[in-house]
Amino acid sequence: MNTVRSVAILCALALATSACGSRTDTGSGGTAAKSCVDTSGDSVKVGFLNSLSGTMAISEKTVFDSLKLAADQINAAGGVNGKKLSVVSEDGASEPTVFAEKATKLISSDCVAAVFGGWTSSSRKAMLPVFEGANALLFYPVQYEGLESSPNIFYTGATTNQQIVPALDYLKEKGVKSLFLVGSDYVFPRTANKIIQAYAKANGIEVKGEEYAPLGHTDFATIVNKVKGSGSAAVFNTLNGDSNVAFFKEYRNAGLTAAAMPVVSVSIAEEEVGGVGVDNLVGQLTAWNYYQTIDSPANKTFVAAFKEKYGQGRVTSDPMEAAYTSLFLWKSMVEKANSFTPDDVKKASGGVSHDAPEGMVTVNGENHHIAKTALIGKVGADGLIHTEWSSAKPIEPDPFLKGYDWAKGLAG
Amino acid sequence: MDAVLGQLFAGLSLGSVLLLAALGLALTFGQMGVINMAHGEFMMAGAYTAYVAQNVIADAGVALILAIPLGFVVGGVMGVVLEATLIRRMYLRPLDTLLVTWGVALILQQVARDVFGAPNVDVRAPSWLSGSVDLGITQVPAARLFILGLAVVAVTGLALVLTKTALGRRIRAVVQNRDLAETAGVSTRATDRLTFFIGSGLAGIAGVALTLLGSTGPTLGSNYIVDAFLVVVAGGVGQIKGTVIAAFGLGLLQAGIEYSTTASLAKVAVFALVVVFLQARPQGIFSVRTRSLA
Repeated sequence: MNTVRSVAILCALALATSACGSRTDTGSGGTAAKSCVDTSGDSVKVGFLNSLSGTMAISEKTVFDSLKLAADQINAAGGVNGKKLSVVSEDGASEPTVFAEKATKLISSDCVAAVFGGWTSSSRKAMLPVFEGANALLFYPVQYEGLESSPNIFYTGATTNQQIVPALDYLKEKGVKSLFLVGSDYVFPRTANKIIQAYAKANGIEVKGEEYAPLGHTDFATIVNKVKGSGSAAVFNTLNGDSNVAFFKEYRNAGLTAAAMPVVSVSIAEEEVGGVGVDNLVGQLTAWNYYQTIDSPANKTFVAAFKEKYGQGRVTSDPMEAAYTSLFLWKSMVEKANSFTPDDVKKASGGVSHDAPEGMVTVNGENHHIAKTALIGKVGADGLIHTEWSSAKPIEPDPFLKGYDWAKGLAG
Repeated sequence: MDAVLGQLFAGLSLGSVLLLAALGLALTFGQMGVINMAHGEFMMAGAYTAYVAQNVIADAGVALILAIPLGFVVGGVMGVVLEATLIRRMYLRPLDTLLVTWGVALILQQVARDVFGAPNVDVRAPSWLSGSVDLGITQVPAARLFILGLAVVAVTGLALVLTKTALGRRIRAVVQNRDLAETAGVSTRATDRLTFFIGSGLAGIAGVALTLLGSTGPTLGSNYIVDAFLVVVAGGVGQIKGTVIAAFGLGLLQAGIEYSTTASLAKVAVFALVVVFLQARPQGIFSVRTRSLA
């Protein structure tokens, strides 16, 4: 009987560890520490808080790399307001509670002027009370599900009206009349799909199915079977992580093609294409605000500098670019305010703009998101993503979708 | 009708994947009683073997076929090393084995990250395995048909080894009564090691097969380890035929429930059903009567 009992313990252990990953414990932190930022010397501290270990390390390490590049470039050009940046980096370890803990440490014991990082929404939500409590600043570089606007956070990735809504506009423009929604089972896909359902209803698009797979789900035979049987015109994919690999392999094996039933993905960037397999992705669509292939002087400089520092085989992606840009935006805010104090920086933030690799971006002083151009891209045989369609101009951030009639009732 | 048949095949296919993942465990856990949490990482090693083979040999088909025996050897050798260095010392302490092998699993994941990088790598499917095969009544993905065939071959091979060879007789003798087998002149040490080699090697084969369906990355093994244990426990510890029936049963059940509900719900329902089943029949579908596994 010993072995059977051991297995029970084993399963309990395994379940406990997987559950830990998705816990959104906001209990710790929130202690109102007085700002202790030291600006007397010729350098100023900034904190980089990314998961360098755990399941998210694969993504967040790339953000960390581009933040370092930005810091190096800013220092080489004379620093921020004449002060060199001294980087304190901490490992969030893919655990929301660790993010909250390390954020507290960066703010009250390292006394950094601002923190850059976070990836998952649960890590951001865990850090939010810490930054609000201490009145400190966090720059968050990843597209997310919207419906949030903290005075102490600057969101430099896209909110829903800069990524999901333009993707739907694009599909509508292409004459798509029916959609199938596939997503991972957590907050971002569920929120995104609520928005898509509301949009579809208002625009005469039929949603033929909505399927969720648990995070880490590896067998997509059934879901692809349902997609195939639905006869939808396109698929909207909000799957995250490894599930994308299994999904696209199954999609191709089942004989579905980008030409017959294109898949629009919002979580597959240049970094992920290699792992999913270019063969499985060619011709499929993505929705972002940046691609490595953007043809602009600012982007060419960024890509060249990144490859120079980290190797020719590396690629640049949307979250990396948003993180890179966030450091420059903070620099402009500080220099405009002529102060490192969070309150002054916040006050100065409105209207600050920067010629980023993705194009001109401008900070919205009210909701602390940034105006950015939406880009629909197509995965090419070279493994890079090429812009297929872009919004006419940078889209003003609208995290609560107040400006859209069909979205009434979503925010509440 | 087409959807039902397609779904039936999806269930069989999921069953074959579960079977491949669990077959090695049925030996090392089922027969020997060792809780090896690093079993999943042997699968990962098999998957990376397929990746390396593909980088060395240009033809994806040849690389895949070669990777199957190679994956078996790579997984098997890793298993023997683990058995000889760590597990051997704790045959009487299953809980310690659980923790130690979990630690080994984490170390192996990190090694994979350091050697191959944290992002998933791409293992291309050969052209004859991408796309569907028309079976007349319904179309099925060629890769899944291949894995189903591979699972059948692996089970048949293992059954033949266990029932028809001298090695198989020794393995069964040691499982059923270790002391008596030893008294009768069977080297239990050597038998344990060989059993572990075969069990871990089967994990390597499973890893090669999984590259056709899912991601090849450092965490590949941890995605399957819980399901694999579930299959072995539900099937009945110590019985290969129990593992086979449990794998296909759970696969069909998961696919069936998932088709009419959702993936998350199906997972929960399958877990709940197994728990209820084990309450009524703690020994699993089949059980061996032995003196040593009391």
